[in-house]
Amino acid sequence: MTQRNEPWRVELRSQIKAKERSNMERVHMPELDAVYRSSVRDEEVNLGLTPELAMREAQRCLDCVNPTCMEGCPVSIRIPDFIKNIEVGNFLEAARVLKMTSALPAVCGRVCPQERQCEAVCIHTKMKKDSVAIGHLERFAADYERESGQISVPETNAPNGLKVAVVGSGPAGLSFAGDMVKMGYEVHVFEALHEIGGVLKYGIPEFRLPNAVVDVEIDNLRAMGVKFFNNVIIGKTITIRELEEDGFKGIFVASGAGLPRFMNIKGENLVGIMSSNEYLTRVNLMDAANPESDTPVYKGKKVAVIGGGNTAMDSIRTALRLGAEKAMIVYRRTEQEMPARVEEVKHAKEEGIEFLTLHNPIEYIGDEFGRVTHMVLQIMTLGEPDESGRRSPIPVEGKTRTVEVDEVIVSVGVSPNPLISQSTPELETTKWGTLVVNKETMQSSSMPIIFAGGDIVRGGATVILAMGDGRRAAAAMDSWIKEQI
Amino acid sequence: MNKIISKEYFSERVIKFVVEAPLIAKSRKAGHFVMVRVGKKGERFPLTIAAADVERGTITLVVQRMGVSSSKLCALEVGDSITDLVGPLGQATHIENFGTVVCACGGVGTAPMMPIVTALKKAGNRVITVLAARNKDLVILEEQMRENSDEVIVMTDDGSYGSKGLVTNGVEMVINREKVDLCITIGPAIMMKFVSQLTKKYDVPTVASLNTIMVDGTGMCGACRVTVGGKTKFVCVDGPEFDAHQVDFDEMLMRLGGYREMEREAMERSIDKTGV
Repeated sequence: MTQRNEPWRVELRSQIKAKERSNMERVHMPELDAVYRSSVRDEEVNLGLTPELAMREAQRCLDCVNPTCMEGCPVSIRIPDFIKNIEVGNFLEAARVLKMTSALPAVCGRVCPQERQCEAVCIHTKMKKDSVAIGHLERFAADYERESGQISVPETNAPNGLKVAVVGSGPAGLSFAGDMVKMGYEVHVFEALHEIGGVLKYGIPEFRLPNAVVDVEIDNLRAMGVKFFNNVIIGKTITIRELEEDGFKGIFVASGAGLPRFMNIKGENLVGIMSSNEYLTRVNLMDAANPESDTPVYKGKKVAVIGGGNTAMDSIRTALRLGAEKAMIVYRRTEQEMPARVEEVKHAKEEGIEFLTLHNPIEYIGDEFGRVTHMVLQIMTLGEPDESGRRSPIPVEGKTRTVEVDEVIVSVGVSPNPLISQSTPELETTKWGTLVVNKETMQSSSMPIIFAGGDIVRGGATVILAMGDGRRAAAAMDSWIKEQI
Repeated sequence: MNKIISKEYFSERVIKFVVEAPLIAKSRKAGHFVMVRVGKKGERFPLTIAAADVERGTITLVVQRMGVSSSKLCALEVGDSITDLVGPLGQATHIENFGTVVCACGGVGTAPMMPIVTALKKAGNRVITVLAARNKDLVILEEQMRENSDEVIVMTDDGSYGSKGLVTNGVEMVINREKVDLCITIGPAIMMKFVSQLTKKYDVPTVASLNTIMVDGTGMCGACRVTVGGKTKFVCVDGPEFDAHQVDFDEMLMRLGGYREMEREAMERSIDKTGV
């Protein structure tokens, strides 16, 4: 049920004229009410499409001869193939198609920036119409399968007797593991934390990506034969060298983000100021907002998050759900330049988050106990475009503003995790601490047994780019290992 | 995994555990720490490794019962397993033949000092250990310290054992008596602050092993950040040992107190529930 020229597909295309399909209105994702949702911590905001909505949206897809949408997808999901199965109500088959190329469809359907990838190059957008809601449909198929209880386990080749190691169980590692186990490799995934899932667990909040959804995808990989080991730090508990000696033929390093960046301004180490990594890890991984949990978390009343990315939106919306009365995004440029997804910004605004754009903190002030009480913000304006192509923010001389706060979450980026490079000095790194790899094969420039992807290579990337790295590394490592034997 | 092989009370509040952890035992060095979590709703917290036995595949942890999390750990018995145990983390202690080294430790800081004293002695140093505690009952590991040090000076706040006075009195006595090449200090932050102030006065290079709040412990959260020489450093990956004279101890003390109110409430809730 996956070829464009199969009779049912030909017949399906002829049922509705392309023009008619193009003129249909794009589906709207049903959402929880903004007032209600901003006070509940773990209910998902997007509710998912009903089968009727999904089948109708699937009709909008023209089943193009050359589906450009697939070129926009870092893992090359067979987009028309799964969508046409939805159109005819064959939802389980749609899910099976998704899993041919993606280890995490329910995750991608939720957190991928489709508007910048597959949907951005959908044929409809070229004709100035709304693209097919590919992300919503992906989520629908994956959710339908999970809820049906009839979860298919993708086929795997017979074991080839070769063992590979994966460092980190985030999106890059999971995607890599899925592809390698399908090719017949014995895959061991090592995770430093006590939970499997990396940023999908510690970073992205429940209201955007429930942990239970992630767990089902991990269980699926387990059913395919992937072995997971938590509480193991490669480079510390076991070295790269020991993995080699232990017979691993290839090692994929996807150890993710590391040290949070701070701005090095006065007062930044005051009590109540923390990184978004710390804040989100407390709430998501350690469940700190639950009274049963031993891990504490500040529940500020006047909370500011510094930054304009998805992590910043996740942090401020979490703070709102933990009881903030005033919740502010402080961003040094304007909304146009914000790296966050449009949907996240929209959701945040609906929930009542204040946006202090063209503001940049220059100092924090604390009380006699060292607790933060105020932030001093520099008013900014936009100047000439910088290397990133965005207009660069410049301070307006002499214009500042002091705002009361009792909690500040700094979300201005992370540096790559330093543990592997510290313990493996022969690995070539850039001055930013990212691993140097061949961009096509993801193979390390200095240690051929090592391939790497995700934040440890990119510095800061999205879930789907990390997954794309995992896929490319799997294909390249497979050929490399086979050349060696 | 992580099974408790033995449990020994050093005092009512200070307990020594020997835990099965063969991979950590093999890879750890003096100065390394582990992250520990007890129970599915437990908190992750750091503990410095006090000793390891590669052949038996065990590590030794010494814990002082203070808040909810350390109490949960202390409530475990032989045969129980620690839910999560990961490491070794941090940078190992830099060991070489410095000459004469004073190891100044207080309270439960004595346990993580043990492997450092042993390694320094092995490297050919003259090791003088100053062991401080509030009273006689809280003096731990004295025998083992004597076996591995050239001299052990015991100080108690109340004079119930050894000499009466603080750790700094012991350190100052040694500095006034002979040339000291290096001082290493492990203990409560306030103690390390005063040791550092003293050795700065005498211009004796000093290393402090910092124990800050950590969430993941693997270089991700930044909760452990301290200012060292005017720069922000992360105890979990840059430390835990730093040039004590460069550490902003006042800021560290302030940050350590950040969750005190919540910790007190959590402890009260836990006592209400379990009576422990």
